[in-house]
Amino acid sequence: MNFPILSSLILLPIVGALFLFFTKDKEGNNLTAKYVALFTTVVNFLISIYLWISFDQSTSSFQFVEDRTWIKGFINYKVGVDGISILFIILTTFITPLCIISVNNSVKNRLRDFLIAILIMESFMIGVFSALDLVVFYLFFEAGLIPMFLIIGIWGGARRVYSAFKFFLYTLLGSVLMLIAIISIYWITGTTDVVQLYEIGIDVKYQNLLWLAFFSSFAVKTPMWPVHTWLPDAHVEAPTAGSVLLAAILLKMAGYGFIRFSLGLFPVASEVFTPLIYSLSVIAIIFTSLIALMQEDMKKLIAYSSVAHMGFVTLGIFTLQQQGIEGSIIQMISHGLVSAALFLTVGVVYDRMHSRLISTYGGLVSVIPKYSILFMLFALASLGLPGTSGFIGEFLILMGAFKDNFLVAVLASIGVILGAAYMLWLYKRVVFGKLLNEDLKKILDLNRSEYFILSCLAAPILFFGFYPDPLINTIEVSVTDLINMHNTNIASK
Amino acid sequence: MENLNLILPEIFISLSIMFLLILGVFKNDSSKITFNLSLFAILITTIITFNETFSITRETLFNKSVVIDSMSSLMKIITLIGGFLVLVISSTYLKTFKIYNIEYPVLILSSILGMMVMISSNDLIVFYMGLELQSLALYVLATYNRDQLKSSEAGLKYFVLSALSSGLLLYGCSLVYGFSGSTNFDVISNQLNSDEYVLTFGIVFILVGLAFKISAVPFHMWAPDVYEGSPTTVTLFFTIVPKVAALTVFIRFLYVPFLNLIDQWQIIIVFLSIASMVFGAVAAIGQTNIKRLIAYSSIGHIGYTMAGLATASNEGIQSSIIYISIYVVMNLALFSCLLMLRRKDQYYEDIDDLSGLSKNHPMLSLCLLLILFSLAGIPPLAGFFAKFYVFKAVLEQSMYFLAIVGLLSTVVAAFYYLRIIKIMYFDKEKDKYDTDHSLWLKFSLTVSTILILLYFIFPSQLVEVVSRINII
Repeated sequence: MNFPILSSLILLPIVGALFLFFTKDKEGNNLTAKYVALFTTVVNFLISIYLWISFDQSTSSFQFVEDRTWIKGFINYKVGVDGISILFIILTTFITPLCIISVNNSVKNRLRDFLIAILIMESFMIGVFSALDLVVFYLFFEAGLIPMFLIIGIWGGARRVYSAFKFFLYTLLGSVLMLIAIISIYWITGTTDVVQLYEIGIDVKYQNLLWLAFFSSFAVKTPMWPVHTWLPDAHVEAPTAGSVLLAAILLKMAGYGFIRFSLGLFPVASEVFTPLIYSLSVIAIIFTSLIALMQEDMKKLIAYSSVAHMGFVTLGIFTLQQQGIEGSIIQMISHGLVSAALFLTVGVVYDRMHSRLISTYGGLVSVIPKYSILFMLFALASLGLPGTSGFIGEFLILMGAFKDNFLVAVLASIGVILGAAYMLWLYKRVVFGKLLNEDLKKILDLNRSEYFILSCLAAPILFFGFYPDPLINTIEVSVTDLINMHNTNIASK
Repeated sequence: MENLNLILPEIFISLSIMFLLILGVFKNDSSKITFNLSLFAILITTIITFNETFSITRETLFNKSVVIDSMSSLMKIITLIGGFLVLVISSTYLKTFKIYNIEYPVLILSSILGMMVMISSNDLIVFYMGLELQSLALYVLATYNRDQLKSSEAGLKYFVLSALSSGLLLYGCSLVYGFSGSTNFDVISNQLNSDEYVLTFGIVFILVGLAFKISAVPFHMWAPDVYEGSPTTVTLFFTIVPKVAALTVFIRFLYVPFLNLIDQWQIIIVFLSIASMVFGAVAAIGQTNIKRLIAYSSIGHIGYTMAGLATASNEGIQSSIIYISIYVVMNLALFSCLLMLRRKDQYYEDIDDLSGLSKNHPMLSLCLLLILFSLAGIPPLAGFFAKFYVFKAVLEQSMYFLAIVGLLSTVVAAFYYLRIIKIMYFDKEKDKYDTDHSLWLKFSLTVSTILILLYFIFPSQLVEVVSRINII
């Protein structure tokens, strides 16, 4: 057996967290703790890059698989990656170090504990994306609730308690039904190993109910309309680094789950419920875009835009077309980068002015030009301007949708226009206009670490916008095989 | 000649009780030595139990009225370890209230003896004898802090209601005897004529009595008051040890003599389970006293163990036993935390007293955080696996309704556990608590928390031990 590279990816942040746990907590800006955490996550990022380089793009079978007996005769600890999951792992390891650099100003007290929570969160998220056993997946999926609950609750804003509870209970409620479905799958087929389940297939008569149980969990986590209401609250109250993790990675768990489990395990049910997903996605795209237009709080606006973007993702997944699914994956990666960047840009001005209200700002361009340029780039990427990664995703999704259902595609396209409207209007009100607020004249432009973080995010957004081939090559074979498997399953039933 | 080695643990513990009583009466200031000797006695009994009986699959004694099998030895060991830890962490508490007397360890020992008899019983009379022995000791223990009004009230309440339930139970026993002609479980199961409706009445009466002992809804009324009023260490004893014994009797009673009448009792168990899970979750939300909250939470947890019992399968029984073992560890940990909330000889029991604990006592509150998440059943902590096994067994029998209600009530229950975490972590801090805890208290908290946290690394071990238990 080769070196267990995936397990080391999962374990390394925990080791870092343990190390931090045994160091002494200092008041204020605890640089040692920060360097330890940063070092751990950067090493993790390098390992994951190595993973990507040595990843074989010509096959859709799972690679770097580790299979160990965990509970005898029942569950195996099985992890592995294919073209779909590897990108999410890299996204996770890429975003986490940036989060850690960004905690400079937003987290005032108990910095060490905060870093521990973020590190543990990272390892759970990598676990989610690499698990190849349903129970192991569930374990990681649920365990992430604990650190996130604490991140929102301890370091959050004024209504943090309410938001933390809402976040926790909503997601837990969705997930318990998935647990029932997982155990039922075990009794129906005799295994919870995803690879074996792909081969065996699940009897058609059970598929609909099982699909709904998984859906209840993923829909809450995505979040889809009408169970999206926890997201704006959680985002608004979480500290900047928490919002970034939440938007960039946590939401992707559900999209990933849809592709890996809902499509892979329940092909017939996925066909049956496509209209449901289409309607919910279109409602999410249009309705939450309209809500986003009316927001006065910048973080809330971005949160609602996340719901709309995730609507595109679910729409693309269930088009069951090559372009649609590829577009969804790229849209998720791109949204991971863009929403992280947007939350960080909001965090930058929030740290200086302690206000998230749009009306506080205006005319920033004349005070902090560097910031304004980067903000413009991210806003444009968010609305899907050609040349940014946001465009590739949305374009492919709409292409897939047009192939499958014309009406849905037209309605979703309206969402693109609305997306442009709320993003540009936000940008106009914050950056342009007259500088009315006297306090704004004193604020400083990006400092070095902020500049570094935002450039780090801007680079891949632009790079993949012009040259998406690395992403598409990685996922292509896996997606093709997924669709082939899906079609053969449908044909045989 | 009977092989008395098999009941050597019971014999040894009864001799120790008598010896300790004599010693306590004749020697001045003997409370410390009685305490230590009784700890020693429990330890020896555990070792004897392990050596003499752990490898036995099934043996019977005294006309089959006592049975020694893998379940009884495992449950006895859990009971003994539970009793040992309760005794070992209670000394500081008892000294604070000036009730550090010789009676306390002796009473604990006698109730453990009663429970061991219960666990091994294969006969209604033997079972009732054990039950009464443990109950009598528990009545006294509940009132142990007799200068406090609440403690006396708790004991009296427990006595009156428990006597009532014992009456019901005895009435059920007499009905069963009348219609089957024997009190022995094996004989009853052979001679059972399932057409006798009165027999069903008998079973129901016995089930009511047993449900009272493990405080399953709707026979739970006594639990919150008794748990709140009793001295904290006694509450700890109440929440773990008698439940282990009563669960064993439940299993043996349902699955040995009355397995054929499953249609009659399964629905009762399902009802007890659902009612306990839902009520335990909902009623705990409004509590302000931690001990009352634990009472409701333990009612909920009993609901989950009953869910395992309702399945009528070996997997179900095994999952219940796994659940109760993990529950014992979690409650030990929880009470160890509770016993650490001490400031200048005064113990604090309100949830608000935990306010901001994480700032003053980060390690204690971290332990409590893990324990509470585990009680709520969040992976990867031990409490999740306990629920996981139970629901795995429940779903094997396609009892979807039970599983869905059970898991939804974990969401409700998660709310009140989260509320405690919120108070500890998100609220303003209060004064510091004393930190000069006894070594044993720290030991039991550390060990149990580590068990809860790291259970997921070696989940197979417990399953393997329990998988030897095959009742059906």
